[in-house]
Amino acid sequence: MSANNLVIRNLHVAVDGKEILKGINLTIEEGKIHAIMGPNGSGKSTLAYTLAGHPRYEVTEGEVWYKGQDVLDLEPNDRSKLGLFLAFQYPVAVAGVTVANFLRAALNAHRAQEGVDPKSTAIPMAEYRKVIKSRMDMLEMAPDFARRYLNEGFSGGEKKRLEILQMAMLQPSISIMDETDSGLDIDALKIVAEGVNKVKAEKPELGVLVITHYQRLLNYIKPDYVHVLMNGQIVREGGPEMALELEEKGYDFIREEVFGNAS
Amino acid sequence: MSNPAQNEIEFDYSKYGFRDEENYTFKSSKGLNADIVRTISEMKGEPEWMLQRRLKALEIFHKKPLPVSGVWANPRLAELDFQDIHYYVRPGERAENSWDDVPENIKNTFEKLGIPEAERKFLAGVGAQYESEVVYHSLREEWEKLGVIFLDTDTGLKEYPELFKEYFGTIIPSADNKFAALNTAVWSGGSFVYVPKGVKVDIPLQAYFRINAENMGQFERTLIIVDEGAEVHYIEGCTAPVYSTNSLHSAVVEIIIKKGGKCRYTTIQNWANNIFNLVTKRAVAYEDASMEWVDGNIGSKLTMKYPAVYMMGRGAKGEVLSVAYAGEGQHQDAGAKMVHGAPDTTSRITNKSVSKNGGRTTYRGLAKVQRGAHNAKINVVCDALILDDRSASDTIPYIEIEEDSATVAHEATVGKIGEEQLFYLMSRGLDEAEALSMIVLGFMEPFTRELPMEYAVELNRLIQMEMEGSVG
Repeated sequence: MSANNLVIRNLHVAVDGKEILKGINLTIEEGKIHAIMGPNGSGKSTLAYTLAGHPRYEVTEGEVWYKGQDVLDLEPNDRSKLGLFLAFQYPVAVAGVTVANFLRAALNAHRAQEGVDPKSTAIPMAEYRKVIKSRMDMLEMAPDFARRYLNEGFSGGEKKRLEILQMAMLQPSISIMDETDSGLDIDALKIVAEGVNKVKAEKPELGVLVITHYQRLLNYIKPDYVHVLMNGQIVREGGPEMALELEEKGYDFIREEVFGNAS
Repeated sequence: MSNPAQNEIEFDYSKYGFRDEENYTFKSSKGLNADIVRTISEMKGEPEWMLQRRLKALEIFHKKPLPVSGVWANPRLAELDFQDIHYYVRPGERAENSWDDVPENIKNTFEKLGIPEAERKFLAGVGAQYESEVVYHSLREEWEKLGVIFLDTDTGLKEYPELFKEYFGTIIPSADNKFAALNTAVWSGGSFVYVPKGVKVDIPLQAYFRINAENMGQFERTLIIVDEGAEVHYIEGCTAPVYSTNSLHSAVVEIIIKKGGKCRYTTIQNWANNIFNLVTKRAVAYEDASMEWVDGNIGSKLTMKYPAVYMMGRGAKGEVLSVAYAGEGQHQDAGAKMVHGAPDTTSRITNKSVSKNGGRTTYRGLAKVQRGAHNAKINVVCDALILDDRSASDTIPYIEIEEDSATVAHEATVGKIGEEQLFYLMSRGLDEAEALSMIVLGFMEPFTRELPMEYAVELNRLIQMEMEGSVG
């Protein structure tokens, strides 16, 4: 098995003492698009935050391996530098920090090397301007976007596009898209999905984990695999056709099959 | 392991924390009495009225109790021993107008602080004070030709005695508070600025204040007069090496802005953490005049400073935009006073404070509308950020409104650094210190963006070092 697959084994996660994930086993393959679908409260976002290292999510059991490292031992910033990226469902606003300055700092953090003066590895200003402009052009973003404060007063669509811009700038090798479709109208959804596809086209080895409640995003980002998450466990796995089946029948039929009629 | 953050901090000590060997022409022995006041006045060759003013102020100083309790008071003042301070230290004979004539070691000090370089690049004039005296002073010829006066205050008194008789001590009388009385008794140095009618000085004047000796008291006195329709931007910076004993900086700044004039006064205070910084700053703005205090307090042990604007003519405007950072052992007790004494006057106070490592910030502000000052508008916003459980912040607003037509908006927030913000930034590769600096710098940005670029860069660097110095 490739070290460039992200391997999750028997992952148990609790939030405020309550167990949310109850033994997840999942491998995100290099270059593949995986979709995780599930009803509200099934643990989808918990999985996303746990992989990115949010301190509120307590791993009680299990492991996550990527590129030969136990991801769970790493701080969020080191996970980012290892190539993991989380596109947030609710991107956070930071007043007074421009998109351009933030992205430059993030880029420089990725370029920094242990024991080397960060000034010598930092991206030169002129080169940075070129890179961010080309990425913004690719995502069809207006230039003034870079001068705005991080997510301050952004519409839902703008926030999600900024997440994709960050992904395009940082060039991760595993990207987790946490309900990127939530709160978007169909036009915004298309733009965001196209952005993801462009980044993926440039870097075919990128592994993607699309977390979504609805099938509609998967019309634009075509998954290779679909996993159904319910009650903290993966209960079904299949190909893209399963997304359509879920769309048609809803989650209840799986719930009944897996847990019986008791619920 | 090589730690770049550590290197930066060491670099900083060489930049601000260095000490010069003492080589003074006069240094008063510790303590304060009428003889010392007489000596100061005599050495300066002052007129008799100024000596009398000083001696009267000394009496007021002795009579007024130390404000350790009650309003506008701080219990930490009790740590200050007035008899353990040198009140007058004379580094040289006069204020030179060429750096080549400034004594070598003092010139080197200001070179290290980047003052001559800044002067060449973007300033209209520069004053440099070392201990009690201004050692260098200059104003570009183009402004001198237009009648602008920019002198050290001692020279100002000699050359413009009439202006001094008319204005000195009229905005801040000796009896205003104990430290205003102290300053009036022992004042030395500071800037005297006069901008004639209609003259707009569009690049800043700057004064830099440096304390070098231990147990030093620095008492500069600044008087700025902006005539009708004139404009000026005055900037001051201050630093000192760290000693284990206390030093005292107690300035008085008086500003008069006549009809339609504009003044901005920017301070970046980065005193060493053994310095009591007790400053009285007040401006009077007449009809349609405007005063802006841009006030940054990063250093000192205890700062008590509430820049004031008295709006005494119709349509006058007052603004205080300030930031305070309090780290270990520091208390930034700062704020603003806005007094509306005329109709249609507008004031705005924006205060941002950050406390960390046991530091404490206090916002203390007065918003006052006098009877007859119709349609006054006051807007106060104070935001405090507390970075850990050992640190604290208080907000103490005093509001005195004697006019029903006044509009007062007061908004205060106190926040802790959000886990969500930190996580969001860290998930993009920034380490905790970088993420923290970025959030704090963003929080201070409404202040920083008002600074000339060179100062904004310097302030950001100082804050970054504070954030890096205490993580991990």
